[in-house]
Amino acid sequence: MSAEATQGKIRVVMAKPGLDGHDRGAKVVARALRDAGMEVIYTGLRQSPEQIVAAAAQEDAHVVGLSILSGAHLPICRRILELLKEKDMASVKVFVGGIIPAQDIPVLKEIGVAEVFLPGASTQDVIRLIQSAVPAA
Amino acid sequence: MKKVLEPADKAAGRTKEHRSVPFTTISGRPIEPLYKPESVAGMDYARDLANPGQFPYTRGVHETMYRGKMWTMRQFAGFGSAAQTNARFKYLLEHGVHGLSVAFDLPTLMGRDPDHPLSLGEVGKCGVAITSLADMETLFEGIPLDDVSTSMTINSPAAMLLAMYVIVGEKQGVPPEQLTGTVQADILKEFIAQKEYIFPPRPSMRVIVDMIRYCTEHMPKWNSISISGYHIREAGSTAAQELAFTLRDGIEYVQWCVDAGMDVDSFAPRLSFFFNSHSDFFEEIAKFRAARRIWARTMKDRFGAKNPRSLMCRFHTQTAGVSLTAQQPYNNVVRTALQALAAVLGGTQSLHTNSLDEALALPTEEAVTIALRTQQIIAHESGVVNTSDPLGGSYFVEKLTNDIEAEALEYFRKIDALGGMVAAVERGFPQREIQEAAFQFQKAVERKEKVIVGVNDYVMDEKPFSILYIDESVAEEQTARVAALRATRDNEKVRAALAGLQEAARGTANIMYPILDASRAYATLGEMCDALREVWGEYEEPPVF
Repeated sequence: MSAEATQGKIRVVMAKPGLDGHDRGAKVVARALRDAGMEVIYTGLRQSPEQIVAAAAQEDAHVVGLSILSGAHLPICRRILELLKEKDMASVKVFVGGIIPAQDIPVLKEIGVAEVFLPGASTQDVIRLIQSAVPAA
Repeated sequence: MKKVLEPADKAAGRTKEHRSVPFTTISGRPIEPLYKPESVAGMDYARDLANPGQFPYTRGVHETMYRGKMWTMRQFAGFGSAAQTNARFKYLLEHGVHGLSVAFDLPTLMGRDPDHPLSLGEVGKCGVAITSLADMETLFEGIPLDDVSTSMTINSPAAMLLAMYVIVGEKQGVPPEQLTGTVQADILKEFIAQKEYIFPPRPSMRVIVDMIRYCTEHMPKWNSISISGYHIREAGSTAAQELAFTLRDGIEYVQWCVDAGMDVDSFAPRLSFFFNSHSDFFEEIAKFRAARRIWARTMKDRFGAKNPRSLMCRFHTQTAGVSLTAQQPYNNVVRTALQALAAVLGGTQSLHTNSLDEALALPTEEAVTIALRTQQIIAHESGVVNTSDPLGGSYFVEKLTNDIEAEALEYFRKIDALGGMVAAVERGFPQREIQEAAFQFQKAVERKEKVIVGVNDYVMDEKPFSILYIDESVAEEQTARVAALRATRDNEKVRAALAGLQEAARGTANIMYPILDASRAYATLGEMCDALREVWGEYEEPPVF
């Protein structure tokens, strides 16, 4: 895609961190975001926090979307948000989707996660919240 | 939900009004308003159905079905440390479970030790952490292996976990010949759906063939593989895709074993299957019935199998985890009960019922108990066990069985044309089909063409729900445990065993024996898998969506 064609588009790095391979959610959301006009880069499975942040830097992403179903969300998100800060990328919005216990949601928000999507969330809600978090890409 | 009545579809000859909603199954299959004798014209009872226990086993694999033997109530369980899961197993056995079913954590499933960087946050989370034989010994402490049957949901490192189980048996004085149970060991569906693969497809298949050969020679009561549609369905496939890809995977394993010089009737009787039971009641029942007919005919016609047990599609069923909602979780008890009933009416040999809280977390003991009681109520109160295949002969069920079978056979033709399932997987064919079906279903839900109670309709505010919470302490414990193990075991012996494993991997000798040696020496799962990663490399799927 040419630089002009991608200009003005919201750029999203969609990632599956950790060891889990259940990628149905990540792929459904990736496709819905692309259909909504965003530029979506899917990292593939089993990416370390370092690899995900490197991908976000390389793609100049506005948004990092993380799909985590395995219960590993706290240590993984903590590490990713630390790395984003270290690399001066704190403006990148991090969204998390998956099986997240209610008690962990305020913890995730406190460490800097923009929004958490739970099972049953509509892709339209995901699109809307990303669009409002990244107003003028 | 639309409640508007539309004018009758005169062209179709309908005289009554039908609601203006799509009358389709959850897989999108259109359903007729009524099924009649002509819907199944040409069906021959002896050829296409036959009595239960008779070829092609459409009506069931056993003559007496549940009058003879109740299905095995087998609840999948595992979390935290081996000691914690050992306690849950003992609880389940005390409450009427017949067979154990082990859920492993992701580091175990992926052949990584708990101290590997990618294990960050994953240890003991969605299953039990088993790093070496030492953990396996703890897991089955006080559980005599000649008394229970054990199913282990493990795929890429299935051979290693089987080896550890065999050694625990030996230490209890139970020889491999007496062990009953199964390892999932279905690597093809990992590439297709669950994506917990380690090595590339071809060396992965070689391990499976070696393991099937070992089981055939030493474990006559053990199901060497559980060919699984469950995960294919959870990944978003339709019912027909689940059926087609699972049975075609089965064909692929049989073909590889035959090509490796094994006699089909020596190993095929120990192949077993594992299906999903989803929410569309009759479509699921038809799927189970079609599975038996297709498998029986395929084994007979394609492979020339003669032993009746080689022709029987025996299967375990689990209700559909993906159908559970995080919203209004008590509704999940009802969903699970209907799905479990479909599995029983479909003639399953064993059953896992999901717990009501599984869209939120691993289940609490209370939730697991309700799930088990659901099966017991079907078994003892509903009366459906009194006769075999109670829906056999229903115009609707027989027509659906025929249709779903035809759709599956069409997929067989496509996959054969691609050069078989390994080749189809390498080209991403089943992966793309499933991905597309998953996306279409999501769109149908968001357009409200499919109503999901509590999610896109009948929504209400809810009180917080209490769940089982697993913290990071297991990771620390497990890391300390493996450090202690490495400090106390005979590391020279471990090194030699791992070298032997690599040598076997480069050659053609049965890999099960060096895996048994390395396990016995307390090599960790991560060490064994790393040794093989060095020889075979790791598989990476092209990241397409």
